[in-house]
Amino acid sequence: MSRRKTDEEYSKTRAYRFFKWLKGEKDYTPSETKMDMSLLIPIADASTTVERMQDKQIAKERAYDEHSNRLLKFFNRMYRIVAVMFCIIFGALLIYNVSYLPKVGAVDRPTNNEVPARYIEKGIEETGAVNIVTGMILDYRAFDTFGESNVLFVATITVLILLRINKDRSRLSPVLSEDDPGAGDSIYEPKDDLILQTVAKFLVPIIMVFGIYVILNGHLSPGGGFSGGAVIGAGLILYVNAFGFEKTEEFFTEKTYKWISFGALTTYCLCKAYSFFCGANHLDSHIPLGTPGAILSSGLILILNICVGMVVACTMYTFYVMFRKGDF
Amino acid sequence: MTILQIILLIFLLVCAVSVSITRDLLNAILIYMSFSLIMSIIWVTLESPDLAITEAAVGAGVTSVLFFVTLKKIHAINIEKGTRELKDADINTEEEDGLDEQA
Amino acid sequence: MGSNLSVNYTEVIAMILFVTGFANLLLQKNLIKKIIGFNIMDSSIYLFLAVKGYITGRTVPIVVDNVTSVEAYINPIPAGLVLTGIVVSVSVSALMLSLTIRLYRRYQTLNLDEISTRLKREGM
Repeated sequence: MSRRKTDEEYSKTRAYRFFKWLKGEKDYTPSETKMDMSLLIPIADASTTVERMQDKQIAKERAYDEHSNRLLKFFNRMYRIVAVMFCIIFGALLIYNVSYLPKVGAVDRPTNNEVPARYIEKGIEETGAVNIVTGMILDYRAFDTFGESNVLFVATITVLILLRINKDRSRLSPVLSEDDPGAGDSIYEPKDDLILQTVAKFLVPIIMVFGIYVILNGHLSPGGGFSGGAVIGAGLILYVNAFGFEKTEEFFTEKTYKWISFGALTTYCLCKAYSFFCGANHLDSHIPLGTPGAILSSGLILILNICVGMVVACTMYTFYVMFRKGDF
Repeated sequence: MTILQIILLIFLLVCAVSVSITRDLLNAILIYMSFSLIMSIIWVTLESPDLAITEAAVGAGVTSVLFFVTLKKIHAINIEKGTRELKDADINTEEEDGLDEQA
Repeated sequence: MGSNLSVNYTEVIAMILFVTGFANLLLQKNLIKKIIGFNIMDSSIYLFLAVKGYITGRTVPIVVDNVTSVEAYINPIPAGLVLTGIVVSVSVSALMLSLTIRLYRRYQTLNLDEISTRLKREGM
């Protein structure tokens, strides 16, 4: 009963066939199964390789075409329905949560703890700035502003990489060349429009003076580096639109942009490194704070405002010129 | 003040919904520009004038100008023979005659 | 539902705007409309953040007549955070738009479904 079977006897049992089927080996003996004999002849032929490749290409194209693939159509419809339902449930959850938050405008919120109390009470005697928000972002939390200026700089460099048209064909470069079919947009230079030029002659000096005023008065009234820089950038964009690229290149070239950005960011870094060094070693930074209310007050905040304003103005102008022309 | 705030917020909501509904790209960008402007007025009612100046200069100024220039680069604004036709950029644009006219 | 629903109407509108912008991002086929939806989401989050510093009855945090008591001004910290955010949002928008221009030059369409189908066909 427990004698081991020979190989011949074992190959005729059902257990052998079952395990062979489980392993996935094909049955090539036609007598054991009821297979068709004609399928055993192979179809390899050299002349039909091209046909097979074409069939493969057609099948691949049809697989991604929506009209002939029911699974794709089903997926697209289900995606839309599930997306709408998800948005509705998400919105309901958020509104439910908002209704449990503390009341808007109440005094006893958790955000009104001792930190804003310190900033408001000691703000003017420690920083010298009348505008508490500017004094906060350029003195108490100056590193956040530094990081944000760096973000602007990095964004400008990335836009330069993506959209710059390289006129030098001798080097291999990943940027666009002038043979690219959309690259030659410098033919869309602004034409000489009379209304635009007359209005621009009147408005651009006013915009520039207003921008400089907002930057310089950042610590006395609402405004600061970001707003003033954006206003100056907008004034430069109007100038370029009205008078063309040739006139603007007389005073704003690539070198100007490089030196302004580099100079402004380095000045900011050096000023704040000095403050950091003095504060960490409990030294006294001998920078006079002046009387609050005058322009030449509040120590280093004026210089930092000017640096940030210049970086923001150059960034806005560079975005516009890269989009429009592809080169400075 | 509360009534003014509620009216401005409802206007904001109407702007945001109508941006998704319009088929015309230029209309969508103009509505987004007015969205930014109303946002700037809401910052004033919430007692932060720094944010108001920055949002007005940056949102309703530079961002919208960049959107317009992008539309021009992808040839979705067409100027031909005095009328202005705007394309919905789902369709591939074919206005080579518009380009030749400007050249 | 909590009890502060009618008092927090600004935050409720900010959340509805966020979901609208998010639905734009998911469901629209045109790339430019997706970018506009992204910007709407950004703005709604700034609104939500800045309304956390608002206290009724108090005024702008600019020192007037040397009054430096805490009870006269609103909380200045959320305004400082949002100021940085607004400028970062414009640089993100500019980056997305320049990527859109490059995509259009390569594929001549702004429909994201078509672009991803062609990418799959090319075998990427």
